[in-house]
Amino acid sequence: MYKIAVLGDYDSIYGFATLGLDTFPVNTREEATETLVKLAGGGYGVIYITEAWAAELKHEISRYQEQLTPAIIQIPGISGNTGAGIKGVKKSVETAVGSDILFSNQ
Amino acid sequence: MASKQITPTRMELTKTKKKLVTARRGHKLLKDKRDELMRQFLELVKENMALRQKVEAGILSANKNFVIAKAGMDEATLNTALMAPKQEVNLEVGKKNVMSVNIPVFNTTTRTADANDIYSYGFAFTSSDLDGAVKSLADILPDMLRLAETEKACQLMAAEIEKTRRRVNALEHVTIPEAQETIKYITMKLDENERSSQIRLMKVKDMMLEEAHHYSERQ
Repeated sequence: MYKIAVLGDYDSIYGFATLGLDTFPVNTREEATETLVKLAGGGYGVIYITEAWAAELKHEISRYQEQLTPAIIQIPGISGNTGAGIKGVKKSVETAVGSDILFSNQ
Repeated sequence: MASKQITPTRMELTKTKKKLVTARRGHKLLKDKRDELMRQFLELVKENMALRQKVEAGILSANKNFVIAKAGMDEATLNTALMAPKQEVNLEVGKKNVMSVNIPVFNTTTRTADANDIYSYGFAFTSSDLDGAVKSLADILPDMLRLAETEKACQLMAAEIEKTRRRVNALEHVTIPEAQETIKYITMKLDENERSSQIRLMKVKDMMLEEAHHYSERQ
């Protein structure tokens, strides 16, 4: 049985706790890396991470990209949408097709 | 050719011909796999994009609601209200095989069946904005889960498509032409050998006739 985690700065994620997701507020890079590794190995099937922190932890996240679990999904934080999530989708189109033929005009 | 040494023998020829047949078959199969994966990927990625836009907009408005809710009361009350969540979400991860790519299938079960059982606080000390904020977040949760599923599937499929494409190209542009050239080289070499032994035999016959009868066949 897996669980769902939300990782990010406290202000962006505290609401998710009411829905029954486990929230993990982090403040420093070391803390974030440590938490991510722990979550990925510790029975979490989906990890939502704020875009700001995802940008910080790019390297760590790419390690889990080709595994079935966890699915690490970026969500916009309280400071607004950086467009990184959309970029991620475009990137997978680029990997598959060779160039972004679907969303290049968005 | 000449990139590697081939011994022009009949055995080598048979071996190379078999290799070529296998390579052609593999190429056809992989090409089919790539095409089908691509078709499914494009379908999935469109859904992924739509979901992502929806979820991002949803989270954005939920965040706005939370900010408003937070402004309406002091931080301690808010923290107390959200301290002990009532609801719990459990996730079951299955997998589905799509053209030999395993993609995840998420199934969630909540602790209490009632979808409205998300308010982990009494309504006395919190503002009504908080109720709305929590509700708006709860509304996008199903889409968020679906997003996680499709986005992961897209990433896995994209990686597999790239791998398959490389294999198809390697077979098409390296393995198959190489085998064809080897076959050509061996056939020519064998033909050449045959001709040369034929000539040698004719020459020997000439010489023997000359010796026995002082007779040259050619004149």
